[in-house]
Amino acid sequence: MAMSTADHKLLPTGHERIDHMEMRGIVKRFPGVLAVDHVDFDVRAGEVHALLGENGAGKSTLMKILYGLYHPNEGEIFLDGERVTIKSPSDAIAWGIGMIHQHFMLVPSLTVAENVALGLKSTRAPLLDLDVVSARIKELAKTYGLQVDPAMPVWQLAVGERQRVEILKALYRGAALLILDEPTAVLTPQEVDDLFVTLRQMVSDGHALIFISHKLHEVLAISQRVTVLRDGHFVGTVPTAEATKASLARMMVGREVLLTYEVRAQQAGEPRLRVEGVRAASDRGTEALRGINLEVRAGEILGLAGVSGNGQRELAEVIFGLRPATTGQVVLDGQEVTGKSPCDLNKLGMSYIPEERMTDGVIRDFTVAENLMLQEHGLRPYSYSIFMNPRAITRRCAELIRSFNIRTPTQETPIKSLSGGNIQKLVLARELAREPAVLIAAQPTRGVDIGATEYIHQRLLDQRAKGTATLLISEDLDEILALADRIAVIYEGEIVGVVDRAEAQVEALGLMMAGVHREAVAG
Amino acid sequence: MQLNLPRSFHLGRTLDAFLPLFAVLLALFIGGFMILLMDANPLDAYRALWEGAFGTKNAVADTLVKATPLLLVGIGICISFRGGVVNIGGEGQMIAGGLAAVAIGLQYKESDPTTVIIACLVGSFVAGALWGGIAGVLKAYFNVNEILSTIMLNQIATFGMMYLVRSEFIDPRQKNAAAPIPETERLPRSLDLPRIGGTLDDLYDFLGLSAADANQWATTLLHNGIVIAFVLAIVVYVLLWRTTVGYRIRAVGKNPRASRYAGIKVEQYTVLSLMLSGGFAGLAGGIQLLGVRHRMNAEGGAIAFTGNAGFNGIVAALFGGLHPLGTIPASILFGALLVGGNKLQRSVQVPSALITALIGLVIVFVVASDIFVRHRSRRRVAVAVSEASAEAAEVRASP
Repeated sequence: MAMSTADHKLLPTGHERIDHMEMRGIVKRFPGVLAVDHVDFDVRAGEVHALLGENGAGKSTLMKILYGLYHPNEGEIFLDGERVTIKSPSDAIAWGIGMIHQHFMLVPSLTVAENVALGLKSTRAPLLDLDVVSARIKELAKTYGLQVDPAMPVWQLAVGERQRVEILKALYRGAALLILDEPTAVLTPQEVDDLFVTLRQMVSDGHALIFISHKLHEVLAISQRVTVLRDGHFVGTVPTAEATKASLARMMVGREVLLTYEVRAQQAGEPRLRVEGVRAASDRGTEALRGINLEVRAGEILGLAGVSGNGQRELAEVIFGLRPATTGQVVLDGQEVTGKSPCDLNKLGMSYIPEERMTDGVIRDFTVAENLMLQEHGLRPYSYSIFMNPRAITRRCAELIRSFNIRTPTQETPIKSLSGGNIQKLVLARELAREPAVLIAAQPTRGVDIGATEYIHQRLLDQRAKGTATLLISEDLDEILALADRIAVIYEGEIVGVVDRAEAQVEALGLMMAGVHREAVAG
Repeated sequence: MQLNLPRSFHLGRTLDAFLPLFAVLLALFIGGFMILLMDANPLDAYRALWEGAFGTKNAVADTLVKATPLLLVGIGICISFRGGVVNIGGEGQMIAGGLAAVAIGLQYKESDPTTVIIACLVGSFVAGALWGGIAGVLKAYFNVNEILSTIMLNQIATFGMMYLVRSEFIDPRQKNAAAPIPETERLPRSLDLPRIGGTLDDLYDFLGLSAADANQWATTLLHNGIVIAFVLAIVVYVLLWRTTVGYRIRAVGKNPRASRYAGIKVEQYTVLSLMLSGGFAGLAGGIQLLGVRHRMNAEGGAIAFTGNAGFNGIVAALFGGLHPLGTIPASILFGALLVGGNKLQRSVQVPSALITALIGLVIVFVVASDIFVRHRSRRRVAVAVSEASAEAAEVRASP
């Protein structure tokens, strides 16, 4: 590297620091879209600089430019005052820049050491030098408090541990500047705390960290400075000490945002959905649900919290008739509906907002109108016998587009050209328009911008006021705490406890999400 | 809220619609060099091709007769491809339809011809639908790949036909011959699908006009199958885009998961789209039998009866953008290439394989232009949406 080699600039990993990285006037255009518009951004050794913005604000694009995945149309990048061109990720790595992607880039069947060594030259080529790699991993792990066993196959590791492997991988390759793309999205609160300990250690050792997130409280907890992007524009950079949740939210959205909702106290009514002793198998044939008991009452939102992959998806599918239960039953308004088809359940007043909206919620190649009519098209006045009634459909869609504030050029626009938030509003419009008795909402705001999230939350609360029984499945504890009347925690296919929101504590919920039973938490 | 799209958005779309035409011309231009390589004059060759396909009344009639089974198979293919199933079984389904038509026709020789013709056509549709339905059930309930099953059902239909025509269905006069020709009895002439000429005469009579000089088609072999095919193409268009059945078929084809989540019975619609697709291929077989061949013959296998329409119909449908109305000009184009190719071979002395190569070129160019159009339209939508929403944002911002 062409940088200074003075000893004081070395990191504990033995690599050189990057004292100052600066991006100036970066512009990136995609066909028809200005993704990043003259953005300045810099980060110094020894600080966490958070990059905040809604989906599509350009944060990931900007960071992919820094990591060499995209090439900017305009703008320059400086490392310690020297102008550099980063053509590819291998260039970036050579300059000491590492990136932890939201979706881990690990080979599950290989061990930790093998994953770290992947793509690097062995010191004993053509033979492997995994013992050398392992020793080095242990050394790094000790320095940064990143406990992992180099001999463990990655598929046996928990999500938090896999993330540590990713960080180790980057450190091993000499990353002095580390980009973390939404690193907390998949972690439990405890794992987030552990991650933050590591990050603080790295910062005090002289690393420069860029922390991408849209969770305001995490940004406030970990960073020294925050830069906010909106619609590809630079909104501002502020010292974290002077920022508040409300001020950051205003910068992100460009207007005041409700961060807490006024949830009117209301007496929950009769149980509308009961799940009794349900067991079911996962796609791989292992037991995903091990005797689930739940009850959701009219006018109540029951939040189902848990780390992803603990049976949430399977539970929603069993309730909605998409996956057979091996034992147990599902009762809707006093009527047993176990094993009924989605078609029948729709008619009985159940709605489902699926987790994967692009594959399960909408048909990508269909238009906005066609997607809105996915369930109602067979009913009068939208069709008579087999013939559809375009006028009634157009009128209905216009009404839904207006009342759910869906931003679309026309009803005939293919849905794939809408933003995630608008697509989710469309799914919501379709599912809520029928005034369901029971609503299963799985990750209703994942990947949705703050403005749309706020809107979706408000609609769920409106529905609660109308007497719908809502099962809100979410990995976002903040969302559950903001909306749910009661919170159930699922771990490895079992409900480990149900608590009222009034007595819910984040720490206790976090322990339950990690599998500690409620009684043990209380004791 | 709705956004306003700029006018250029719509203009660009209109231009794109003509692109396939340019693609065909370009393919013929490149084909000209191939003809040059064979020491023939491309202009002479194309003139011969045009004359052969459209030069005379009889040529046009021939072209349309050839286009009929392509169009019928093609509109069925539109349904199955839109429904997310790949039906390669057109050949077998045509044979099933042809067998049904000949069986019904021979059984009811003495009955009222109009009724029997209708029964033959309905029977051929049902037979093709059942033959396609087998693959549909295998796919929907047993997860058997429909490409493999329909291809295998082609073989079964071909050999089944050869067996039947040599045994149960054989012409009684051939049965005792020293060297029996494996063919069925010819259907009585009363069961020939009426020619367009005759129908037009009747029509003029009905309208009280003098027919003799107005009717240009009296002497051609063009039968009413093309009229049936045109009408059914419109019916299929209405089915796919104006009915709940078509909507569900398309939904299942585009995203079976989301369709299931929305309460559509995915298996039923998979079977239905293969049955409808097979039905139209079966009808193509029935019309081919009543209009052109009038008997089944076991010699020459499937192709002698179908003329490969079961496969070429797929090409016509793809060429027509998997749209029933687009398939009309597409099947006429391929009919013209097939008929004109014969003339080309005779008059310019180039191998008829050249026609196959030309058709291949046309397909490559049209598919390429289609990809180009799709790319451009995606870009255009993106630009239009971003501009229109920026505009809307400004409108909102100003009080």
